Amino acid sequence: MASVTILYFASLREQLGRERETAAVAAEGESVTSLLSALRAQDSALNALFERTPRIRVAINQALASFQDTVRPGDELAFFPPMTGG
Amino acid sequence: MIRVLVQTDAFDLGGEMARLSHISDSVGGISVFMGQVRGQGDGLESLTLEHYPGMTEKVLIGLAEEATARFSLLGCTVIHRVGTMRVGEPIVFVGTASGHRAEALQATAFLIDRLKTGAPFWKCERFTDGRTTWVEAREADDDAAALWD
Repeated sequence: MASVTILYFASLREQLGRERETAAVAAEGESVTSLLSALRAQDSALNALFERTPRIRVAINQALASFQDTVRPGDELAFFPPMTGG
Repeated sequence: MIRVLVQTDAFDLGGEMARLSHISDSVGGISVFMGQVRGQGDGLESLTLEHYPGMTEKVLIGLAEEATARFSLLGCTVIHRVGTMRVGEPIVFVGTASGHRAEALQATAFLIDRLKTGAPFWKCERFTDGRTTWVEAREADDDAAALWD
């Protein structure tokens, strides 16, 4: 089945208790929002985390992206809180 | 000349400045920003910096290339540490070399402002009583980054 790798960083990783997973994705690709809805429907901890955490960012293949962008099989998706470097 | 490093070790401030200074005879000004762990009188013991290996390097190289083109830099060095650092320890080095001071000064400000909100680093604070908290992003940092749009 077509899949993507999902990474979680910082407080999201810590609260979920995992840093990566794989998820099924439509063979022709689908939006991050669509993929995330399916994941949240299957995982109440993930759903609660996204509900209580404002301003979650998404990256596709290591570049900042928007939740409307398309994820395709083989992509690396990452979710994380706003960045606090420097 | 672009030099981007993400590392756990401390960096050699003097060595990095000398490297920028020796890039070419055309260098007339070098500007440096160094960020370090700030003690806040609230029992902060250390910061642990987490990052997104792969994306971090891409973002930092992209920013260094953008700064080099935008400010006509002759040299641009960005070194960011990850892992655990105690109060007073250096976290980040940004150094730029240009023909004249204005470009180097502006480029350094551009790089640190953009890096804070655009490069995938996250700080977790550890206090002497054992508590840990993730640092919240500040709106003022977004505003500073947006000034360069």
